[in-house]
Amino acid sequence: MAINFTLNGKPAEVDVAPDTPLLWVLRDELKMTGTKFGCGIAQCGACTVHFNGNAMRSCSLPVQAVEGQNVTTIEGEVSPQAKALQAAWDELAVYQCGYCQSGQLMSAAKLLRDKPQPTDDDIDQFMSGNICRCATYQRIRAGIKQAATSLAKEVAA
Amino acid sequence: MSTVQGLSRRLFLIRSAQAGAGLTLGMSISGQLLAAGEATDFEPNAFVTIQPDNTVVITIKHLEMGQGTYTGLATIVAEELDADWSQIKAVAAPANTKKYANLSMGFQLTGGSTAIANSYTQMREAGATAKAMLLAAAAERWKQPVSSLTVKSGKVIHAASGRQASFGDLAAAAAKQPMPKKITLKNPSEFVLIGKAKLSRKDSGKTDGTAIFTQDVQLPDMLTAVVAHPPLFGATLKSVDASQAKALPGVKAVVKIPSGVAVLADSFWQAKKGRDALKLQWEGGSERSSEDIIADYKKLADTPGLSAAKKGSVAPALASGKHVLEAEFEFPFLAHAAMEPMNCALQKDSKGVEMWYGCQGQSWDQQNVAKVFGIAAEQVTINTLYAGGSFGRRATVGSDYPVELAEIVKAWGGSAPVKLVWTREDDTLSGYYRPMYVHKLTAALDASGELSAWQQRIVGQSIMGAGKSVDHTSVEGASNLPYAIPNLSVESHNTQEAVPISWWRSVGSTHTAYAVETFIDELAHKAERDPVEFRLALLKNEPRYAGVLKLAAEKAQWAKSLPEGHFHGVALHKSFGTYVAQVAEIAAQKDGKFKVVKVTCAVDCGVAINPDVIAAQMEGGIGFGLSPLMFSEITLKTGKPQQRNFDAYKVLRMRHMPEVSVHIVPSAEAPTGVGEPGTPVIAPAVANALFAATGTRLRKLPVGGDYFTA
Ligand code: FES
Ligand code: FES
Repeated sequence: MAINFTLNGKPAEVDVAPDTPLLWVLRDELKMTGTKFGCGIAQCGACTVHFNGNAMRSCSLPVQAVEGQNVTTIEGEVSPQAKALQAAWDELAVYQCGYCQSGQLMSAAKLLRDKPQPTDDDIDQFMSGNICRCATYQRIRAGIKQAATSLAKEVAA
Repeated sequence: MSTVQGLSRRLFLIRSAQAGAGLTLGMSISGQLLAAGEATDFEPNAFVTIQPDNTVVITIKHLEMGQGTYTGLATIVAEELDADWSQIKAVAAPANTKKYANLSMGFQLTGGSTAIANSYTQMREAGATAKAMLLAAAAERWKQPVSSLTVKSGKVIHAASGRQASFGDLAAAAAKQPMPKKITLKNPSEFVLIGKAKLSRKDSGKTDGTAIFTQDVQLPDMLTAVVAHPPLFGATLKSVDASQAKALPGVKAVVKIPSGVAVLADSFWQAKKGRDALKLQWEGGSERSSEDIIADYKKLADTPGLSAAKKGSVAPALASGKHVLEAEFEFPFLAHAAMEPMNCALQKDSKGVEMWYGCQGQSWDQQNVAKVFGIAAEQVTINTLYAGGSFGRRATVGSDYPVELAEIVKAWGGSAPVKLVWTREDDTLSGYYRPMYVHKLTAALDASGELSAWQQRIVGQSIMGAGKSVDHTSVEGASNLPYAIPNLSVESHNTQEAVPISWWRSVGSTHTAYAVETFIDELAHKAERDPVEFRLALLKNEPRYAGVLKLAAEKAQWAKSLPEGHFHGVALHKSFGTYVAQVAEIAAQKDGKFKVVKVTCAVDCGVAINPDVIAAQMEGGIGFGLSPLMFSEITLKTGKPQQRNFDAYKVLRMRHMPEVSVHIVPSAEAPTGVGEPGTPVIAPAVANALFAATGTRLRKLPVGGDYFTA
């Protein structure tokens, strides 16, 4: 079945079984492998993408639900929030194995868009859907706060 | 089908594939091809290549799985080479036991927190050799004695004339220099990188989705394989009806292999649907439940076992003790649950086999895969990619999943590359667990309150397959107790179960540290002594143990009183040569449960190569060690693992993570690893804090929902 949607701002068309999860359409059909597979049941957040601006677990989203909608992946996430987060991630050496980090960054970017100055509780709530088996949580938290600070400075400047 | 571009990475992998076996190809972190051995490259040894464009490529013989080994090993080479950090690139070594063996093992393997320890001198010499040849080249060019030259930040300098040349400039000339007969290593006081700066990591591409993991390998015409495994450990296939599966779109083949039935399809989802459509019947297999196993282990713990350590005579000392304490501990099976489920890509052609994956044990995998195809080990080319975690899982002696893929390709007989993908369920159900253990401890305090006797019996499967001899990995952390106890006996029983088992981050210490450190704490309380002071008194001849304990206690302000509802606990352990002490602070929550709020960690790992990598490994190790204390366990019910995915196999999440501070003991001792030693200490430290809060000793892990909200 042909399905059309907007991916990272550009039109995309795929012809796959309609129950195929978006994750596997991205990875296997469109060869965009930045979005990762970790659990397949919306438990780990490795597959997080933005779906019409919301953080969404693409492993549990059948591609038929994406027809006509807007999807952003780590490859196309170029918002100021994402840029600030990536800079903080590098500076603080947040990642270890790195496998969860696309999902962490996609969740964090959405968090900062909703809450430019998130509290520890906000971070706990919003980021607890993203598992990091390397347990880089402390640096993810610090990275989010650093990105929030640098974005606030940009706005003020 | 696809109308979206952005496939440069794919192209790169295709090129890499087309280059074929045999050519020395490295995958650079920026995703470019690095073809070593071009005419003008300077390649003084198997670890350093200096390119005319001034890039210094350092070949890393260990798997990068998050522990920071690309950064750590590169730092050591760069230090002796006096390179500039920005010119350094790290690439994975090919499988080649001769060149790239782990020097502490004799074969190519990453494990046991040995990367830094076994490579330290080797990497220093690799850097120093290259530097000596660069200096010789510059001396020849400028007609000046070597003694008049210096090297700094990637440049050879002749101060007297103001001349300087970059490494790239000198590469071709350096390549013509003879190997230096003698090299001098730096005095540690001259280090500019080691232990100093916070250096950017050399395993980049991990914040924008461009880093290539096994899961991301794309090769022309590649098929994906998904396998149906038996539901019980030890079961075998009785019959399979694949007619429905074969009729599904995209399914290319269904093959029987020793470990199950594989479905090959154009994509993962098609292969998985094919797998789900198989009609399977299995036979045999173990139906033992966790309770059966524990009950048997407890019986064994009442009987003397193989002697792993012995001092004085325990029985009379126990008999004459003023206080005799006894405790029995239960530890469940644990899955590694690396973030990236196990996977592997392989292509066979007339010359041999080429593989792409996060390979942890190149020597084993090469041999085992070669055996499947009946070819020589050298005909198996392994491209080691980043691993999305491992925690021990990716190194198995029998190469379980690489061999599974080899069997699939052999049974299928096609020439296209195949990627084996395990789902999370496949990964969790696959075994190779941290074994279950029961510990039984008995100890005595004599009339003056001194610890006079210690008996510890450890029951569980032997990871090393030891039959009638002690398996070091079952008793490490107990058989080498640092505490001065006059009468001691540590014994072990090796058991047999159908469950495949393996090392799990910090191996024996995952359970020995917990039993020892909570029991020592119990004895301290019985003796009415402060737990830090009680331990220190027993560590008079162990300055490095005492050193980390004192540092952790001081930084945590152990002696100071805590806020209302806060409690702390301490633990101490050495594993893989590295000493770690941790003070954990917990806070009572409104719902009566607890949260670990703060951990103060002191570590002594000898020369601290990269302080920030060490801190990261302690933070991560602590987080990893909290999961099995709080929630994680694999339980068997009539043989079947009851946890299949992260909904039931619960692990630490952001809301559980404490604030961790790491303090490194300054040291000139030879460096030791840090990937594992942070892990085993946290569970006993928190359990001791829970005792302080509740008065209950927790001897069965995980402690679970009564204490922590998942
Ligand atoms: S893979 Fe989608 S949430 Fe885990
Ligand atoms: S960095 Fe390894 S799982 Fe998060």
